[in-house]
Amino acid sequence: MNIVVCIKQVPASSDVKIDPVTGVLIRDGNNTKMNPYDLYGIETALRIKEQNGATIKTITMGPPPAKAVLQESLWMGCDEAMLISDRKFGGADVVATAYTISQGIRKLGDFDLIVCGKQTTDGDTAQVGAEMAEYLGIPHIAYVEKVLEVKEKSIVVRASMDKTIETFEVMFPCLITIDKGHVTPRLPSYKRGKTMENTNIPMITFQDVIDQDETHYGLKGSPTQVERMFPPERNTDKIVLEGTVPEQVDRLTEILKDKKYI
Amino acid sequence: MAYNKITNQDIAYLKTIVDQQDFLEGDAISEDFGKDELGTVSGKPDVMMYVKSAEEVSKIMKYANEHLIPVVVRGSGTGLVGACVPLFGGIIINTSKMNHILELDESNLTLTVEPGVLLMEIYDYVEPKGYFYAPDPGEKSATIGGNIATNAGGMRAVKYGVTRDWVRALEVVLPNGDIEWLGRKVVKDSTGYPLKQLMIGSEGTLGIITKAILKLDPKPVESISLLVPFPTEQEGLDAVPEIIKAKVSPTAIEFFERQTILFAEEFLGKKFPDTKSDSYILLTFEGKTKEELNYNYQLAADVCLNQLGATDVFIVDTEERKESVWKARGAFLEAIKASTTQMDECDVVVPRSEIANYIKFTYDLAEKYQIRIPSFGHAGDGNLHIYICKDAYSNTEFEEKLSAIFDEMYKKARAVGGLVSGEHGIGYAKKAYMKEVLGENQVRLMKGIKAVFDPNDILNPGKVVE
Repeated sequence: MNIVVCIKQVPASSDVKIDPVTGVLIRDGNNTKMNPYDLYGIETALRIKEQNGATIKTITMGPPPAKAVLQESLWMGCDEAMLISDRKFGGADVVATAYTISQGIRKLGDFDLIVCGKQTTDGDTAQVGAEMAEYLGIPHIAYVEKVLEVKEKSIVVRASMDKTIETFEVMFPCLITIDKGHVTPRLPSYKRGKTMENTNIPMITFQDVIDQDETHYGLKGSPTQVERMFPPERNTDKIVLEGTVPEQVDRLTEILKDKKYI
Repeated sequence: MAYNKITNQDIAYLKTIVDQQDFLEGDAISEDFGKDELGTVSGKPDVMMYVKSAEEVSKIMKYANEHLIPVVVRGSGTGLVGACVPLFGGIIINTSKMNHILELDESNLTLTVEPGVLLMEIYDYVEPKGYFYAPDPGEKSATIGGNIATNAGGMRAVKYGVTRDWVRALEVVLPNGDIEWLGRKVVKDSTGYPLKQLMIGSEGTLGIITKAILKLDPKPVESISLLVPFPTEQEGLDAVPEIIKAKVSPTAIEFFERQTILFAEEFLGKKFPDTKSDSYILLTFEGKTKEELNYNYQLAADVCLNQLGATDVFIVDTEERKESVWKARGAFLEAIKASTTQMDECDVVVPRSEIANYIKFTYDLAEKYQIRIPSFGHAGDGNLHIYICKDAYSNTEFEEKLSAIFDEMYKKARAVGGLVSGEHGIGYAKKAYMKEVLGENQVRLMKGIKAVFDPNDILNPGKVVE
């Protein structure tokens, strides 16, 4: 079984800074990490590998320093990694990103399953996974919280939608996007890292992809025009409960239920 | 000492000192205020007063001293040795409303706080500004006043020392009501006997802290933890002194067993990233640059893998990973508590070279007395937290076993050059053991000090020294 896990390097802190003049996200090259949702994607793939046997390849698109997250995926237990990187791919919106990665995946060879994190913590759109599946012409299930069974030709997953929890069986090849579930992703192993120190991480550039039409990539291939970027306002609302203790408990229970914490 | 019972006249006067809603008496005071997290020792206060200033505290103390009414100070009540239990009734002075951060002095690198400020509030305040208050006890909802009163330690003591090393000055109200500043906003101090140091760790028996000037440092920019699994407890324990010898200067070295992690998983409802091994050491490194950090952690990782029998070294580097590991570590105490019907704890501190032997000794005790004795602790500073769990034993059986086990444990601690308490204090629960370890002569000196500060023995009577 061949599994591809799509991962992304994102800013390590949620405290993002926007350049006030250009309106562009200031990326601090030193302060990055793997998108937290992707850790769950990798963990999901590794568990499938442990139970059913599989080869896991990770793929990311980004500037050369993004290799760090690929290396990290190898330390966590993935087998191979590939970087998609070219100046021509820069400035891509979700559509161009999804298209470019789908082109990269075609270069990886046969696959049964593509696993993505539900969304990234910088872009937060949760669209790239689904759009990639469309470009690849394969079915996808989003918001998967658990893989229930891996069969010979299909996978059974449980997805947590807004108001329902649904179970799907999907034929391979397919794509799933993983939500943070009830598992805790494993930690990178220094020992494994040492043994994989010399693993080559190939890089795919524009000249390697099948579709050579430059207008499908990067800024040129992006229908989205960003007018302005700004960090989200922090919500610091506080609710102070008043009344007797039983009244406060009742109110607290209501609030927690309302927010689906209980 | 015979104390006077609080009269209506006393109450009428005391009520004039604080705001109406800050005065509670009799059954209006929840039972919870009669005990701390130890749970087994309790008392019943006559009144509880939430104070808001040193002047209020001073008025209460002056009156209580003149009328021989016992007084106990209380912060969050998270102590583990019964130190804030009102054994003789009287007044509880509750400092939890004195919870203001008063000044950040960036020229002197100090933070001035009121005693009721919680530890977590200090971190939240200073860290975004690039500063660092190093003491890091597990209980983050404890007040800084309580931390100072017990000389709390925590996980970073290996590198940064304990609360005592991070206090520049204290404003205290003495038992007679006098308000004094002990220490100043200065780095050096050779001015007479170090009364500030005497106040730190005195567990509310010598004076009441009403302001504290804490030392800060610039915040280390980078940090990483290593979770190092070992196939057996023995190998994990044996590794600790070797890591210290390797000169890699970690900020923290924590040891814990698989079973403790499983308790924490159940308690938090959250999985730990790895539970395949019998024991783990958690190392933390801090540095000014990534290069410095990488050099140190890789050196340590290689030592663990190549020389000490570690089965792997896991990297705990991002916010999420740190949370998945440290949240569990922070919950160990509560998790063990939740795993049993009742427990008592021992927080002995031994020379670091003796850690492995000491823990092995507790395994033998568990076997000998047929009782569960889980432990975890600050292996890097020799401070162990050992819990004796009651489980299905009856009260009498448990008391008997407990007493015999404590006797053996403190005897062993003394034999290997250790002390009764690393960071929880003596309070009520450990008095007898302290006497045994330190001896009559030192206890006599302590009693003398207590008598100078508090000749009427009205402040936290029955604690530390009687």
